[in-house]
Amino acid sequence: MTLQPSASPIAAGLPETPTALSADRPAALPAARSPTALALRRGLRHGGFVIGAGILGTILLCALAGPLIAPHDPYAQDVSRRLIPPIWQAKGNWDHVLGTDKLGRDYLSRLIYGSQISLLIGIAAAAISGAIGTTLGICAGYFGGRVDAVVSYVVTTRLAMPVVLVALAMASLVGGSLKVVVLVLGFLLWDRFAVVTRAATRQIRDQDFIAAARATGFSPARILFQEVLPNILNALIVVATLEMAHAILLEAALSFLGLGVQPPLPSWGLMIAEGKPYMFFQPWVITIPGIALLVLVLAINLLGDGIRDVTAPEGRR
Amino acid sequence: MNEPVVRIRNLTLALPKGSDRPHAVEDLSLDLMPGKILCVVGESGSGKSMSAYALTGLLPRALKPVGGQILFEGRDLLTLEERGWRALRGRRIAMVFQEPMTALNPVMRIGDQIAEMFEAHGLLTPAERRNRAVALAIEVGLPDPGQIVRAYPHQLSGGQRQRAMIAMALALEPSILVADEPTTALDVTTQAQILKLIRDLQRRRGMSVLFITHDFGVVADIADHVAVLQRGRLVEQGIAETVLQHPQHPYTQALLAAVPSLVPPARASRADAPLALSAIGLTKTYATRGGLFGKPRVVAAVKEVGFEVRRGETLGLVGESGSGKSTTARLAIRLIEPDRGTVRLGSLDYTALAPRALRDERRRIQMIFQDPFASLNPRRTVEQIITAGPIAHGTPRREARARARELLDLVGLSASAAERYPNAFSGGQRQRIGIARALAMEPDVLVADEAVSALDVSVQAQVLDLLEDLKQRLNLAMLFITHDLRVAAKICDRIAVMHRGAIVEMRPTTDLFRQPDHAYTRSLLAAVPGLQAARP
Repeated sequence: MTLQPSASPIAAGLPETPTALSADRPAALPAARSPTALALRRGLRHGGFVIGAGILGTILLCALAGPLIAPHDPYAQDVSRRLIPPIWQAKGNWDHVLGTDKLGRDYLSRLIYGSQISLLIGIAAAAISGAIGTTLGICAGYFGGRVDAVVSYVVTTRLAMPVVLVALAMASLVGGSLKVVVLVLGFLLWDRFAVVTRAATRQIRDQDFIAAARATGFSPARILFQEVLPNILNALIVVATLEMAHAILLEAALSFLGLGVQPPLPSWGLMIAEGKPYMFFQPWVITIPGIALLVLVLAINLLGDGIRDVTAPEGRR
Repeated sequence: MNEPVVRIRNLTLALPKGSDRPHAVEDLSLDLMPGKILCVVGESGSGKSMSAYALTGLLPRALKPVGGQILFEGRDLLTLEERGWRALRGRRIAMVFQEPMTALNPVMRIGDQIAEMFEAHGLLTPAERRNRAVALAIEVGLPDPGQIVRAYPHQLSGGQRQRAMIAMALALEPSILVADEPTTALDVTTQAQILKLIRDLQRRRGMSVLFITHDFGVVADIADHVAVLQRGRLVEQGIAETVLQHPQHPYTQALLAAVPSLVPPARASRADAPLALSAIGLTKTYATRGGLFGKPRVVAAVKEVGFEVRRGETLGLVGESGSGKSTTARLAIRLIEPDRGTVRLGSLDYTALAPRALRDERRRIQMIFQDPFASLNPRRTVEQIITAGPIAHGTPRREARARARELLDLVGLSASAAERYPNAFSGGQRQRIGIARALAMEPDVLVADEAVSALDVSVQAQVLDLLEDLKQRLNLAMLFITHDLRVAAKICDRIAVMHRGAIVEMRPTTDLFRQPDHAYTRSLLAAVPGLQAARP
């Protein structure tokens, strides 16, 4: 073995970590901060992270508090009050801030309830696909060899399937419903989780702390959960945000095509689809849910990018 | 002739905000004399590399020069624009880096990389450049120069790569060569050759060399002048012999005292103690698949290795990179499985254990790793790291926690370290945590794989003392893997020298150093840097 320098030449003049002590003696130590806490502190100084988390938090609150803050019942129809424009147009009125749709349902209330659907689908699909992909990826990365070959084959097969077409086929076979959409998306979007966890696991598999865990007599399951998983969590969270955004957009697309969530559930994709006949004369019917979709996905992506930037240095050296 | 070529005057480099100190280098003044080698010595974080980077204009962006001057050929280099630097670098000031594999472009032939030096400065015709490349390859002593200029970096050995780097640096006949730890990544015998090459070339060409190193042995071999840096401040400088023989500053004295001498202390024989670890005929070969048409390549990493370690004894495994010493360590602890051979722990046949039984018995043999940054899980607190093993083996949680605090105290850390994460500790402290983790399992045998190689010399001395003390107090058997003969002399009762996967000589330390039998052992001993200075 060759002599390893204690620090890279560039880092040699810099402190090892922001909190590292330079003297090798028991001295008063700085406050205990976990890597996660350190990352969070960096996150609060990151513009994208703060904006993304802020918007997403607001939408999440709206979704949770939907029944409390929605001014009207989102399903209540009133044909006498069809297609009232939103407040900023001449004919708007304060009773329906964002106007009403073709059946006279309050648009703001439908938007708020729609956020529940979007978030539910995003989170549930990301959770299902995350569980599948992470399990496959972590096993492939850690065990390597034959396990890796099999998993890689499965991933390749999955990548060869066009997501939208399979989702469409499934939805039209079984019939569109919220449950079907969540399951179909959950079982289709795990590939990126698998690829990312596999690569991240391979990177840390050969590190000494894994060897130390093996030398201690840990079972493979314990090593995977205690030693590997916490160290690839950052990468996983980033992928989860991407897949959440992906799932939300796919749900909107499926609902738009009439194969996703079924009316009268207030899904944003469905709202766009229902507004389609009126888009030339009442463009707000589709722009309002469209903008909502855009803002939500943008917020999730900003948050994901922020997490990636904030956790990249890892504070290890 | 006695005018310095480079004068560094009151150089101060600011570190980014929030660092542990305000300046990487503070008020540094150095003179580089013509035709002399100036060694800048210091521990990690002393700012020694940064002074080299300042002289080549390659400072990382986060570091800002905030004061002082670097005067070279009548100009202040700190005021130079990027254009000015480009004309200067390579031509007047050349640099050799620490890691020759990453400093060379992996997809470009060696000869082309040397010729590129001329091309970048718009000199010579392509044919002349090729001839010069071959001439330079001859000058730096690359074997078969006509052929080797057509080779790619990965086809060369570490020493040959460093020679190629030096050829590139010399191409435009610079008056100053800046070498940043150029031999740190090399084996000791290769290091001796490269040091001799740099010395010869420097004399032949009358260059000035700024040589950055952490190793006082290297300083003793190569330096005319020495400057010692501590936390960014110059604490002592002068003629090499004077500083090495009669250091004035307490820091220099402490550093020199921490360098282990090559004279091993007398040690009592442990030949009657009970056997703790024995290896019989260990063999491991690695086969790389040769692709679709190629032949598989078979490498014998470890061949028929056998040794015994008794309780309270330290056996050193010494050798250069690729000698199979780390593989032997990993075979002993069963992180990898041998092709043939047996490992016994006392009377237990450790090799024959099935996976489940192996997991139970693993606690009897524990390992301390080389890299203190990679060997602790960054996401777990020190207490979790130390207690995880005992808890998995059935120790009640409370008991394990109390024991972890005792262990931290034993390895010289305060009990309050338990709640912290590894990122709060320096390299030496992390190594202590690693030792505490190994001891928590109450092992009979400790395997230390280059456990002090990544540490600064003063920290290294402390950790070695700790290991020695623990071994005696707990009556442990220790298998100590190292490439550093000085470290081996200090801590080992017996030493086994490994060469190309086999043990060529195994004897008590004092005998081995007094009268090495095997030719390879003799060449290893002769290559240790700073031999003259080490023998009082």
